[in-house]
Amino acid sequence: MRATATELFSTLADPTRRAIFERLSRQGEQTVHALTDGSGVSQPAVSKHLGVLKLAGLVRGRRQGRETHYRAEPQALAPLVQWMSLYGAFWRDRFDRLEDLLKRMDQ
Amino acid sequence: MTKPAAATRSLVIEREMPHPPEKVWRALTQSALLADWLMQNDFAPKVGHRFNFRAPPMPHWNGVVDCEVLTVEPNRRLSYSWNASGEEAANGLKTVVTWTLTPTKTGVLVRMEQSGFRAEEEANYRGANYGWQKYVAGLERVAAGLT
Repeated sequence: MRATATELFSTLADPTRRAIFERLSRQGEQTVHALTDGSGVSQPAVSKHLGVLKLAGLVRGRRQGRETHYRAEPQALAPLVQWMSLYGAFWRDRFDRLEDLLKRMDQ
Repeated sequence: MTKPAAATRSLVIEREMPHPPEKVWRALTQSALLADWLMQNDFAPKVGHRFNFRAPPMPHWNGVVDCEVLTVEPNRRLSYSWNASGEEAANGLKTVVTWTLTPTKTGVLVRMEQSGFRAEEEANYRGANYGWQKYVAGLERVAAGLT
């Protein structure tokens, strides 16, 4: 199941969660331990954030021995990217400018 | 490795404007008028004409759109390709912008469709190459428009 843009927004609105996702995107697969180290956040908190990210399809876990390795799933961002790169805001702004120009033009 | 055909999506914006279609057509097809509301350009309403839209460069965008005129039906329909350019061409946007003008009782219905957005590729590209932080900063700015 794919999360909606709204779900993705709320998932990534939390700066700590976003930082975890960013780190996995940049540095590749990591364990909860590795993610916790130097993050200034407790391991249960990191696990909880990973759970939310997983629910939104933004990360995937792979069990190996006693550890779970997590990696980012950037394609889950598609609805967001689409929403933005679909130029919605851009074109609406240009439509406003077009109307403004039409008012100034002669028939 | 063969890639499955990526799903594409379109953006459609429609607005009724209290002006004759001929006037809107001029705003869409005369280079100087087009520059007034869209971007600097060397557009000409001839099928096959290649041109660019140019805006000031910004982070992650060189500001240049590569275009080719695809359809010209005066006062009714206009379409052109709208592609990323230069180094961004390979992984960037490959879309088509189509304008359709439909007369109404009080003016004209202006419809713009931008089609061909590749969700997966675009997401991978941005996810991998763009700083998420910068990306979100842009999102937050326009988030007010979300319904």
